[in-house]
Amino acid sequence: MMEPSSVSFSDILQYIIMGVQSGCIYALVAMGFNMIYNATGIINFAQGEFVVLGGLLMVSLTMTLNLPIPLSFAATTLAVTAAGVAMERFTINPVKNPTVLRLIIITIAVSIIVKGAAMGIWGKNSYFMRHFSGSEPLDFLGASLLPQTLWIVGTLVLIVAAYIYFFNHTMTGKCMRACAINRDAARLSGINDRRMVMLSFALSAGIGAIAGIIITPIIQMDYARGALLGIKGFGAAVLGGLGNSMGAIIAGILLGVLEAASAGLISSHYMDAIALFILLLVLFVRPSGIFGSSAAMRLKEF
Amino acid sequence: MNMKDYIGIGVLALIVAVMPFAVGNDYYLGVLVFTALNCLTCIGLCLLLGYAGQISLGHSAFVAIGAYASALLTTKLGWNPWAAMGAGIVISLVTAVLVGIPTLKLKGHYLAMATLGFASIVHVVLVAAVDITGGPSGVSGIPRLELFGLALDTDTRIFYFCWALVLVALYFAVNLIHSRVGRGLQAIHGSEDAASSLGVNITVDKIRIFALSAVFASVSGSLYSHYVLYIDPGPFDVMHSVLLITMVAVGGIHSIWGAVTGAVLLSLLPEGLSFLSEGLAQFNIQYKTDYDTLIYGAILLSIMLFLPEGLFDGIRRSFSFFSKTNTETERGQ
Repeated sequence: MMEPSSVSFSDILQYIIMGVQSGCIYALVAMGFNMIYNATGIINFAQGEFVVLGGLLMVSLTMTLNLPIPLSFAATTLAVTAAGVAMERFTINPVKNPTVLRLIIITIAVSIIVKGAAMGIWGKNSYFMRHFSGSEPLDFLGASLLPQTLWIVGTLVLIVAAYIYFFNHTMTGKCMRACAINRDAARLSGINDRRMVMLSFALSAGIGAIAGIIITPIIQMDYARGALLGIKGFGAAVLGGLGNSMGAIIAGILLGVLEAASAGLISSHYMDAIALFILLLVLFVRPSGIFGSSAAMRLKEF
Repeated sequence: MNMKDYIGIGVLALIVAVMPFAVGNDYYLGVLVFTALNCLTCIGLCLLLGYAGQISLGHSAFVAIGAYASALLTTKLGWNPWAAMGAGIVISLVTAVLVGIPTLKLKGHYLAMATLGFASIVHVVLVAAVDITGGPSGVSGIPRLELFGLALDTDTRIFYFCWALVLVALYFAVNLIHSRVGRGLQAIHGSEDAASSLGVNITVDKIRIFALSAVFASVSGSLYSHYVLYIDPGPFDVMHSVLLITMVAVGGIHSIWGAVTGAVLLSLLPEGLSFLSEGLAQFNIQYKTDYDTLIYGAILLSIMLFLPEGLFDGIRRSFSFFSKTNTETERGQ
């Protein structure tokens, strides 16, 4: 481990690059959490599994079947979206008047099933995937920058743009927002709220899959990664104020940078504990998140 | 404590007493020892989950604290195993109170995530703090327990000792449920506001029961150390917490007997599956232990979808369906 005194500008820059890279993923996972939370009030404990499914399916399509990346990207996203819809149809929709405890256990059960299925299909190996455009690092002010990192940031920007357009300028998006604000009122205005719930699972799974696809070339995906990715993404969602997706994006990147910096400056062995520690700290001190208004959050159930 | 519970404990004691003669195979006896350890943790977890209505995905951490306290204090500082187990209990108790004070203010999803985060942190530390815990290579050479000068060195002795503890824990838990504290906890589950307005100190009661369940988990962890004699962070990951929740939920969240049923069934399931795989192999169907996770998930999901009160309740109902006719009114509620 290097001495703290030897930390240079390029080291700091390197931590920021690393942090933004993983932060984008946390932000995407957090957006997935928020979509389902807004539509249903459920925290989907299987959120991280969508990311794993996306990554592993992409590996199979590109590395084993040698399909071109754009085609595999679309096929993977569609397949995982279908998995999200299936999850809603078979496990959430049939349950009438569920308690919170039962819903939590149901989504945990789904996460175990997905994890078990992934282990059955792909085994316990971690899989390498080729980078989207070359794995030669670029030099950026003395720090090294992988082209894949640019892909990750670019994808996040595109998704955020699509997200803003969808929720502000399309009828379906506005209906979903109406459901999130007040489900009963939305239903009275003729919105099919059950369909919105299904849609939220579809979008959430799709975003999770994309997160998995773009990060896999860097981290190498394996079946067991879901839990940690999920809980860190949840940390970002809470830090940004649960339900607030713009907050989640900033919080996700912040979480990633904090994690990378403390891994570099303190110890990389405890890296995973740091994001979790931040999550606990936020939950204990300010469960409404750094961007949430505490007055509005008082109305919600913690 | 009503008659049914006494009968239940009596029957279980009888089964335990004859079991070693019926099994007569150290391997299966060992499986039943692990079953007892899971029962112990699940009884505590059921008090928290089913009676107080507070979810915890962090109990693997308390099992780990008990196991590592026993392992490290005996091997590195030469403590007596009982003293080490006691120290484990104290550490778990203190940790549970410190974690519980801020955590149990949270509800539902937040509580689940916070406890999950806590358990993940403990696991990361177990792996990373190589100087203290030995990291991934773990701790070996843990001494066995001794009781009145008698070493618990055979599977039969350990079996009797662990199951005796389960019986004591059951007796204690059932009594607790029917006490003032237990009724207070059930009131918290029903409605925190109502319970608090009737004079139940909900904050203190929740922390107490969290700490109590942590102690059960810690003892189970210590016994694990002194039975297996070697530990590493592997068995104490978050998946173990999930498995514990699965056991309680499969058996039935709202009953101690359900938790015990679930713990026994799911602890024996891997054996059942490997038995099944031998049968399937004859038909050229390959079954790998890797599929166990998938089956756990499928069981948990089907129970939650179709029998949310758990298997124990399902069995009880089908029995009372034959004996009484008033089940219909019960179902109507």
